[in-house]
Amino acid sequence: MIVSKQKPFPEILASLENVSRVFLIGCAKCATVCKSGGEEQVWQMQEDLVAAGKEVTGSVVIDEACHMLRVQRDLRAKGEMVTAAEALIVLSCGAGVQSVSAGSNRMTVAALDTLFLGNIRRFGQFEQRCSLCGECRLNETAGICPVTVCPKGLLNGPCGGMSEGKCEVSPEAECAWYQIYVRLRDRGGLPLPQETIPPKDFSKLIKPGSLKLEK
Amino acid sequence: MVSPMKSTLHDLLAVDRFVVTAEVSPPKGCDCGEFMEKARALRGTVDAINVTDNQGANMRISPLAPAALLAGEGIEPILQLTCRDRNRLALQSELLAAATFGVTNVLALTGDYITFGDHAGAKPVFDLDAVQLLQTIAALNSGRDLAGTTLHGAPCFFPGAAAAPEAEPFELTLTKLRKKAEAGTRFFQTQALFSPEKLVRFMEAVRPLGVKVIAGIILLKSAGMARYMNARIPGLTVPQELIAELEEAERPLEAGVAIARRLVTALSPHCDGIHIMAMGKEELIPEILADLHRNDGKEG
Ligand code: SF4
Ligand code: SF4
Repeated sequence: MIVSKQKPFPEILASLENVSRVFLIGCAKCATVCKSGGEEQVWQMQEDLVAAGKEVTGSVVIDEACHMLRVQRDLRAKGEMVTAAEALIVLSCGAGVQSVSAGSNRMTVAALDTLFLGNIRRFGQFEQRCSLCGECRLNETAGICPVTVCPKGLLNGPCGGMSEGKCEVSPEAECAWYQIYVRLRDRGGLPLPQETIPPKDFSKLIKPGSLKLEK
Repeated sequence: MVSPMKSTLHDLLAVDRFVVTAEVSPPKGCDCGEFMEKARALRGTVDAINVTDNQGANMRISPLAPAALLAGEGIEPILQLTCRDRNRLALQSELLAAATFGVTNVLALTGDYITFGDHAGAKPVFDLDAVQLLQTIAALNSGRDLAGTTLHGAPCFFPGAAAAPEAEPFELTLTKLRKKAEAGTRFFQTQALFSPEKLVRFMEAVRPLGVKVIAGIILLKSAGMARYMNARIPGLTVPQELIAELEEAERPLEAGVAIARRLVTALSPHCDGIHIMAMGKEELIPEILADLHRNDGKEG
């Protein structure tokens, strides 16, 4: 899922300087799970905005704000609530915000910062394991991603800053290569791969990405 | 056209001469006067001078300029080059520029992470890692760039790499050292060492790779600095007893020199050279080396 968190409220207010009527949009998927843009947060945002002197014309929590057609349909269904608003405040990831900005002629305000594609470790705890590099290397690295888990994305073993298996960048975290080494050792006593992995092909990752499925 | 290798460091190591290298930080700014004075003062004392590359991720002048100045005066530079700040195009063009200025020795490094330094918000590059950078140097040496295109004028680098003999688990770092050897490193300059035991283990493992080993020694200037290094410098751990020794000393800097001097004596029988990191006190290097008798049996 896409992990996001709310921007500081004063920052959101600052984007609404000359705006008095707003409509709120949340997302029922990722933003709900990480409690940044679900039903509850939309409601709280409404309270805060009203307290700050704004008029809230209405709200909707869209089932997947990244789905562009669904966003258009749901906003249309809200009719006047949306058209009466000067700005649409979106509590979803950056993809969802852009579904809204593309599907409405109203000013769109992003209320969240979008962080990473995350695994859910347990309720309320998210970790980045994959950084969508376009060229998956997990088959060579015991199913642990050095591109993401190593802050430097090193493909050929630990840097000189690894100490007692810990990472130089955040000493409470385990070095990605230590994790790979331990997993290989514990699951079948395998050594680390000895072959040098060539440099990554960043042309696999040209932005903006797009994919069209063939029927 | 392949130019002949002009590396004195290579020539010394090739005849098993015990070498001494030292690190001098280039300035934050474009005035290399003080840097050059320090380097000139080391002439005759050390065989080569490492020019650090945005060390600790702190922005300084590109090491290429001071390394070129050294080469111009006949002082042997070792150009440190990290993967943190340059992508593969920039690394290759920097290397070619170095060759043009007569810089032959290159230490291929990954680089400390960007948040350790003074531009914490900068984008970390790490397009290549140290192993891949060594492969890049080998490619350039063979007259081709990473895309396989023939170069108009091929360099002739003497590549080196870093090693951390005290890092645990050792087996894990050894895998990477093997890759570095395979990728063409001819010498290792190690992280600062504080006892011969880890160096001996390291030498046993590395000897079969046929790579020369230059052991790192750092000048501890005070207990505070040692503690700071333990907390902030990746891959470096000063033992508690040395910190205590510095703490109890009336003149900590003198105690630091004495420790470094002891380490020279303890480490030099096990390796091919010594690398001194004097942390700005380069004038103390002759004193640190006072007990080193380099011609003992080794020089032909
Ligand atoms: S290598 Fe890592 S970042 Fe790339 S696709 Fe696989 S898991 Fe994701
Ligand atoms: S210690 Fe390991 S995980 Fe951390 S930056 Fe170095 S190689 Fe990457």
